[in-house]
Amino acid sequence: MTAPATPLHQPRLEATWMQRNRMTVTPILFLLPGLLFFLVYVISPIFQSFNISLYRWDGLGEARFIGLDNYRELATDRNFEISLWNNLRWLVLYLLAIPLGLFIALFLNQTVTGIRLYKSLFFFPFVLSQVVVGLVFSWFYLPREGLLNAALQFFGLGTVNILGNPDLATYGIIAAGLWPQTAYCMILYLTGLNAVDPEQVEAGRLDGAKGWKMLWYVILPQLKPATFIAFVVTIIGALRSFDLISIMTNGGPFGSTRVLSFYMFEQALGEYGFRMGYGSAIAVVLFGIMLVFIAYFLWQMWRDERAARHG
Amino acid sequence: MFPTPIEKRSRAAQITYQSLLPVALILWLLPLIAVMLFSIRPFSDFGAGNYWGVPSSFELFTNYGRVFFESDMPRYLLNSVLITVPTVIGAVALSCMTGFALGIYRFRGNLLIFFMFIAGNFVPFQILMVPVRDLTVSMGLYDTKLGLVLFHIAFQTGFCTLFMRNFIRALPYELIEAARVEGVAEWRIFWFVVLPLMRPAIAALSVLIFTFIWNDYFWALVLTQGPGAQPVTAGITSFNSQFVAQYHLMSAGSIVAAIPPVAIFFLMQRHFIAGLTLGAVK
Repeated sequence: MTAPATPLHQPRLEATWMQRNRMTVTPILFLLPGLLFFLVYVISPIFQSFNISLYRWDGLGEARFIGLDNYRELATDRNFEISLWNNLRWLVLYLLAIPLGLFIALFLNQTVTGIRLYKSLFFFPFVLSQVVVGLVFSWFYLPREGLLNAALQFFGLGTVNILGNPDLATYGIIAAGLWPQTAYCMILYLTGLNAVDPEQVEAGRLDGAKGWKMLWYVILPQLKPATFIAFVVTIIGALRSFDLISIMTNGGPFGSTRVLSFYMFEQALGEYGFRMGYGSAIAVVLFGIMLVFIAYFLWQMWRDERAARHG
Repeated sequence: MFPTPIEKRSRAAQITYQSLLPVALILWLLPLIAVMLFSIRPFSDFGAGNYWGVPSSFELFTNYGRVFFESDMPRYLLNSVLITVPTVIGAVALSCMTGFALGIYRFRGNLLIFFMFIAGNFVPFQILMVPVRDLTVSMGLYDTKLGLVLFHIAFQTGFCTLFMRNFIRALPYELIEAARVEGVAEWRIFWFVVLPLMRPAIAALSVLIFTFIWNDYFWALVLTQGPGAQPVTAGITSFNSQFVAQYHLMSAGSIVAAIPPVAIFFLMQRHFIAGLTLGAVK
């Protein structure tokens, strides 16, 4: 990017004005392009969505103001209720990625030959797009061709059609989502473990701490920053789940795998017609849920920021 | 080091560990290995129910050849490149500047703007969807790569600013003060003092954003519709409907779609992980 260059031959008076105000002008000029982009594409759409949620609108014709009717409709919408419950399932079960990631990190935190390659291979599901993860797992679950059922049959167990069963499908998708998410948490913990203070570990050993006790009282407190980030990205990831559902079941069977993000898309841009207002109302609810977590994250970061300033 | 280094354990423990590693890895990657095995089989194997036995013939080149020559896959891949690369350049450039402004200068609202960038970065995409789609349509950019690129740059600026600002904060501030004492203009300080020091951050961020954008599916679905502008993540669904139930080709297709970010990751692993784990250690 080009910096705001000052022309070579400048009238002296102007130069002194710039000179005097450079500490105010420079940050403004540097912030402006990024801030503008962000305001136009991210901040203002949030408020626009709030507004649209008060209208009945098909995206093309005239929008009609209907007040809170969209929200009233949500209250009695069975599909909305299902989506909300599924979001809760996602939130709770997705958090399993954190202990699982820690477990694998502990398993891999050794220095045998080739361990670096093992670490990268364990990590790399995270690099795959969710679309590919979704496809890979839906083929893995296939009743006839899938490897899962081949394995089940091999051990003399019956076959199971996970994605075709309304009671199991959501769990099948969450399991697919846990795969890359666990990899992410693992790499966070591996980095954290790398920085664990060896003296404290030694001191703990001298005090007779071993295994679980060592992990709980000596190691985990030192992994707190890693745990915080793992928590943030996992919560956000759980509430953002869309790709996997769209690819693996498209909301089915019988709408049983919908979550808010998917249901919103379906209402606003789906095949049943464009209900922008109703979709936006769903998005506002999802945003509200997310806001609780965002507020908590920001509060934590704010505290760190203040501590860094005064410390 | 925790857990206890395996070298300090008994010989039996060492052997168990060494043999457990590959088994664990295979189990971990099993779904992916299955897809790889599918992608080298001939179609006839699926008809004959031979899913997991020895392939009746080895069709790696035929299958992948058909992906490249008999479908729109190359178009989609090219679109992905043309969407991802400009986004990386744009987002990194913008955030170098915002990061500099927020990291170096003290002014009222500094922290507020910084936290706005962080917060915006966490919002659910759906709350942006309708207005962003509207905006893109009204600019005449619906179903164009540019429309997608502009949005991606804007959204990624949030995360990138967080990253860059924290990185710049950790630089020695004396360098900047020394330059100021010398009477160096502020933009020159940015260009000649700070920017060269930001190289590792720029590398890490570029690699990260590349994979994030390459793997985006939602916005591709919202802002594009045909092979003219769709990236490979969205294109793969039409690819799959072209080859319905031909698992050997669908598998090959999804592997092709996954290769670029995987390659970038393995080539630039150090930067990638440095970027991803920033803040995981105090």
